[in-house]
Amino acid sequence: MSGTVTGPSLAVTEASRPGGIQRRRRSAAGGVNRRPGFLVYGLLLAVILGSAFPLYWSFLIGSYDATVVNKDLPPIWPGGHFFENAARVFDAVPFWVALGNSVFVSTVVACSVTFFSTLAGYAFAKLRFRGRTGAMVFIVATMAVPTQLGVIPLFIVMSRLGLTDSLWPVILPALVNAFGVFFMRQYLVDAIPDELIEAARVDGCSMIRTFWHVALPAARPAAAILWLFTFMATWTDFFWPLIVLPADKPTVQLALQQLQSGYYVDYSLVLAGVTLASLPLLALFVVAGRHLVSGIMQGAVKG
Amino acid sequence: MTTATPAAAGTRRHRGGPGGARPPETEPEAMTFRRRLNRWDVKASPYLYIAPFFLLFLVFGLVPLGYTAYVSVHEWNLLSGKGEFVGLENYRDVLGDRYFWKALQNTISIFVLSSLPQVLLALGIAALLDANLRGKTWWRMGVLVPFVIAPVAAALIFGNLFGDRYGLINEGLQAVGLEPIRWHVDRLASHLAIATMVNWRWTGYNALIFLAAMQAIPRDVYEAAAIDGASKLRQFFSVTLPMLRPTVIFVVVTSTIGGLQIFAEPRMFDAGGLGGSDRQYQTITMYLWELGWRVRNLGTASAVAWLLFGLIVLVALVNLLLIRRLGRGGGGSR
Repeated sequence: MSGTVTGPSLAVTEASRPGGIQRRRRSAAGGVNRRPGFLVYGLLLAVILGSAFPLYWSFLIGSYDATVVNKDLPPIWPGGHFFENAARVFDAVPFWVALGNSVFVSTVVACSVTFFSTLAGYAFAKLRFRGRTGAMVFIVATMAVPTQLGVIPLFIVMSRLGLTDSLWPVILPALVNAFGVFFMRQYLVDAIPDELIEAARVDGCSMIRTFWHVALPAARPAAAILWLFTFMATWTDFFWPLIVLPADKPTVQLALQQLQSGYYVDYSLVLAGVTLASLPLLALFVVAGRHLVSGIMQGAVKG
Repeated sequence: MTTATPAAAGTRRHRGGPGGARPPETEPEAMTFRRRLNRWDVKASPYLYIAPFFLLFLVFGLVPLGYTAYVSVHEWNLLSGKGEFVGLENYRDVLGDRYFWKALQNTISIFVLSSLPQVLLALGIAALLDANLRGKTWWRMGVLVPFVIAPVAAALIFGNLFGDRYGLINEGLQAVGLEPIRWHVDRLASHLAIATMVNWRWTGYNALIFLAAMQAIPRDVYEAAAIDGASKLRQFFSVTLPMLRPTVIFVVVTSTIGGLQIFAEPRMFDAGGLGGSDRQYQTITMYLWELGWRVRNLGTASAVAWLLFGLIVLVALVNLLLIRRLGRGGGGSR
């Protein structure tokens, strides 16, 4: 701990030497001009390497065959069996099906949540109607209700409707949620000038056309962040899919769970599966990670 | 999806309440034709736009909640369905079951073990990120990598690292001459291992929230402190930390509701998935799952769901009080 404190304080002191103050006033908010020393970079690098280590470990174990894995001393460099283990993953569980299911469910849910949240968020942010305040307070209050509570009756209903052999049970209840509505409302309140909406209305746009041509384009940055978070949350969800999906229609998380079941856990198989299963979100992170960062830093999202 | 969370930490935007007064965006009188249609459009559209949420919440939120109460006062088997009305017997059974209380203790223990170290570490990392780094986006993305790994995947990796016999951590302990720890057997040790997974996944995320709050602190405050002769360490403890207090409270408070529902990590920590031979790391949600889908007694499982709901409401109220009391004394960013 003591080491971590050093960074910014060092920078602050350096910058607050005579002469430094004036320079800093001119710089942008948050800008302490001086670059920090090697210590800060070193510590941060250690943190990142440390947090990446479990991932590397997963790949490492996944690249050896079982006889090596159960030896006393674990190896340090990857072995040559990763593709062999990966192939075993596809044999052991319906992994292609799982990938397809996860992509399908997460995409549908993310698109639906984003669209309906933008629609409702726009209504709450920019339209006037009776009961608006009360409805918004109600939505915020429902965010505290844990989803786990309804699983038993949901399960009963889904099996009565004969849906437990399909993906519908994991899609239907997730199509829109309170957080998304709240998130989009918060963003749209400031993002769309009222004059723009008025102008569109005066030009003869119907309400829905106004939404489509004025609100949707303005909502894009927040909508992208909401889409990303919803996709990830759906992809990593476990409890409800575990209850409701049949073994032959798993999501990726359920496929991983199937890999581990049984008395003997073959870790080179399981962790090869974990590595494979983590690749899609890691790829998404490479492409859109900076949006994830800014979404969190806008302080509006907590998964 | 676990949800939550309002405008946060650090950012000061988004102040106004939901009902903030706005000028009316349309003047139906100004329209010259198709007035009636237009008026209907203006009146009905807002309700149409918010309808999907309320419809869905009614069907998949409110009704199930009431239905859970109904199930909880009946005998109800997973396969054969509804049985006799039994009143509060299911609740009595649950409250009389020592494994319920054990699950409750485990859940709280894992939460405590994961929140304190997480906040401390995240504060440290945020302080590092707050320096004027080259390529700061890359560093921020770097600490966020564990967040994109699913809890199930994390549990499988850490289940291996914390292996009782060949696990890397025990190998390390033995290498420096210590006794290996039975991570899957000892109660506290298992809680520590599970808390480690949670910390691993969420520390970077929380560090970014703290970082956003740190960057909202006016730099003049540091200048004033420096001029008054405060050392670097003193500045961190006397300026940064007090200013971050509302954010820290916010992060801890919002993590309680998710923490009470923790499932994937302890569920996947071993192949059995019931929380160990003596349920030494079974959490409340796992207990609910075992009752409902192993014992196949949906009646008692529903009773657990309602008890959990009561607990969460209680915690939410305590949270509200805490925010009110502690938030007032703090830096006042919320």
